[in-house]
Amino acid sequence: MGDNLISVNNVSVNFDYQENFISKKQKIHAVNNINIKIKKGSFFGLVGESGSGKTTLGRAILGANKISSGNVIFHDDERDYDLTNMNKQDLKEYRKKAQLIFQDPYAALSPRMTVRDIIAEPLEVMKITNSRQETDERVRDIAAKCRLNIEHLRRFPHAFSGGQRQRISIARALVSNPKFIVADESVAALDVSIQADILNLLKQLQVELNLTYLFISHDLSVVAHVCDVVAVMYLGHIVEMGPSRELFKNPKHSYTKALLSSIPSIDPEKRSEAIELKGEIPSALNPPPGCVFRTRCPNPGIDCKGGEIKMGLTEVEPGHWVDQCCAL
Amino acid sequence: MSHLLEVKNLDVKFDTDEGRITAVENISFSVDQGEVLGIVGESGSGKSVTAKSIMQLNPGNTSYNEDAEIILDNENVLKFNSKQDLKKIRGGKVSMIFQEPMASFAPAIKIGAQMVEQLLIHKNINKEEAKSTSINMLKRVGIADAEKRFNQYAFELSGGMRQRAMIAMALSTMPKLLLADEPTTALDVTIQAQVINLIKDIIKEYQMGVIFITHDLGVIAQVADHVAVMYLGSVVEKGPVNEILKNPKHPYTKGLLQALPDINNLDAPLSPIPGNIPSPLDRPTGCVFRTRCPHHNPEGKDGKIEMKLIEVEPSHWVDQCGIQCGQNG
Ligand SMILES: Nc1ncnc2c1ncn2[C@@H]1O[C@H](COP(=O)(O)OP(=O)(O)OP(=O)(O)O)[C@@H](O)[C@H]1O
Ligand SMILES: Nc1ncnc2c1ncn2[C@@H]1O[C@H](COP(=O)(O)OP(=O)(O)O)[C@@H](O)[C@H]1O
Ligand code: SF4
Ligand code: SF4
Ligand SMILES: [Mg+2]
Ligand SMILES: [Mg+2]
Repeated sequence: MGDNLISVNNVSVNFDYQENFISKKQKIHAVNNINIKIKKGSFFGLVGESGSGKTTLGRAILGANKISSGNVIFHDDERDYDLTNMNKQDLKEYRKKAQLIFQDPYAALSPRMTVRDIIAEPLEVMKITNSRQETDERVRDIAAKCRLNIEHLRRFPHAFSGGQRQRISIARALVSNPKFIVADESVAALDVSIQADILNLLKQLQVELNLTYLFISHDLSVVAHVCDVVAVMYLGHIVEMGPSRELFKNPKHSYTKALLSSIPSIDPEKRSEAIELKGEIPSALNPPPGCVFRTRCPNPGIDCKGGEIKMGLTEVEPGHWVDQCCAL
Repeated sequence: MSHLLEVKNLDVKFDTDEGRITAVENISFSVDQGEVLGIVGESGSGKSVTAKSIMQLNPGNTSYNEDAEIILDNENVLKFNSKQDLKKIRGGKVSMIFQEPMASFAPAIKIGAQMVEQLLIHKNINKEEAKSTSINMLKRVGIADAEKRFNQYAFELSGGMRQRAMIAMALSTMPKLLLADEPTTALDVTIQAQVINLIKDIIKEYQMGVIFITHDLGVIAQVADHVAVMYLGSVVEKGPVNEILKNPKHPYTKGLLQALPDINNLDAPLSPIPGNIPSPLDRPTGCVFRTRCPHHNPEGKDGKIEMKLIEVEPSHWVDQCGIQCGQNG
């Protein structure tokens, strides 16, 4: 286990679904049989289209979603936490160690809270500090690390720009001194000129505070720049995973290739080289049998059509995993 | 030849409780038939306000300057105030598509009924013809089962399909000018590629003029013929797309390009533009970009310089301070 912080073993997450009370109960297959290891100190990227299950998987790893089958192990220095088997005390400790960066903290928080109170809230809720003075010290300390102006702590959130808000959001996630951070679309709402600043801050904090990230994003260019390992999700499955540079230079899976080619090139002379995918991601209520990408695959093999293919990753280069049927 | 659309010296101001906001200041540009003008800029730069001015959709607290002109098909839209005239620019000669397609559809009316109603207002045709035009248009934008979708509500469609239906509705009246305000921003890249290709095909087919608004320079590179770069209500640079993206002159345009993570160059550091976009209530005097410009010299004259575009290469216009300030900003 040594250098892994998180092991996700055969994890599936299903949600019950019933259109109305007379129709039959169905299952939404949000996350299917996922296996990943997140190394200590890594910036692990998770990409894929809307509805592919990124948030659901991230929340499952935080213990915020039930896990329908499989397990998630958090390897702390002294001991392991099995997320599917934790008592109240364990859960309390785990909450301090694993945190989520909200996309926009003000969407969720009272506009009447000052920035100081927003950042301090996790400390108070989790009863981490013993006095107001100690709380203030921790808040000031983390605010400075996130390059927030100390004067701003007394202000109310509404006056801040997107970039400043995001720094507040990061400070709030880091104040409990966590080891693992899930950043779910943390720069999606920011303007490009500000986005780079927040990404650089996340990188810097990673080194300074020994953090490990699960970085969820739909923006492949951003992921390519900040992540060292990337997993590509489609309809609840990881279809390809590998070291970021290798994966972006040498994509193997049809879906990864299509996704990469869809990024609009900044060069006006390179127009429409996109491998156009027909249609949209199917509903997670009725995923296609066999390869889940089959209904949109631009060049399915003869074997792929039958729907009998069994999905599962196979290693094609050291650390580079591809769904077995597409690896051939 | 006269342009399909010509915007001249447009200011747009809003009166609010906190004071008067300058959302757009002294901008000028033109669009020809069959041409796509991309307007790029970060949030709050005045892109949507500009588009809405063309359809007179800005709210009651808006004021335009006396000498501004928005000439569409040889008529000044800003002088329109009769219902008859406004009809011409709202769904007649001009149509608009949005980031959020639900903004175009009334939730309680079926898609087909809305398309038919719009056609009956703007075109001299009967109900049957309007229905077949609508269904053909739904087919044209790639909606399978168009007859079935015609009888559905917008919320019953998936995201990508709704976007297509909105485009179909906007195009069914055959506008001369299409205003597309971030139509692909909320979409996945794969669906974005589909929608971009669709819009490009349709422009070619119908030879309409298009203003394509986005904050994504990659999208601009893929769709636009000409580009106007906006910052805090001003156009700081404009010109042919190749020129602007490959030979940018203004520090803001250069900064935007450098801040963009380039998937083909993973070794390039990510360089943000320092600072934050000022509130429109604190719009800087002189050069609007000076609070974030790396060349800004506090002792220089950029606080006093009047912003004004000058032509540095054929059709490539840059704010005069933008090129001067390198030396004496
Ligand atoms: N609480 C829930 N109840 C029922 N279905 C859910 C729930 N949460 C997620 N789902 C479904 O699970 C699937 C995966 O959703 P998820 O939000 O994880 O996707 P995502 O990859 O994060 O997408 P996005 O990019 O839009 O954030 C979707 O089909 C979604 O509708
Ligand atoms: N009705 C309004 N009243 C007051 N201010 C407005 C109004 N509409 C837009 N604004 C302001 O005008 C500026 C430009 O807005 P907008 O055109 O929507 O920007 P963009 O579309 O480029 O993001 C912003 O500062 C915005 O807050
Ligand atoms: S397994 Fe077949 S259908 Fe699936 S992605 Fe690969 S080639 Fe396409
Ligand atoms: S005038 Fe000065 S501050 Fe403005 S863009 Fe030019 S160099 Fe920068
Ligand atoms: Mg999500
Ligand atoms: Mg806008």
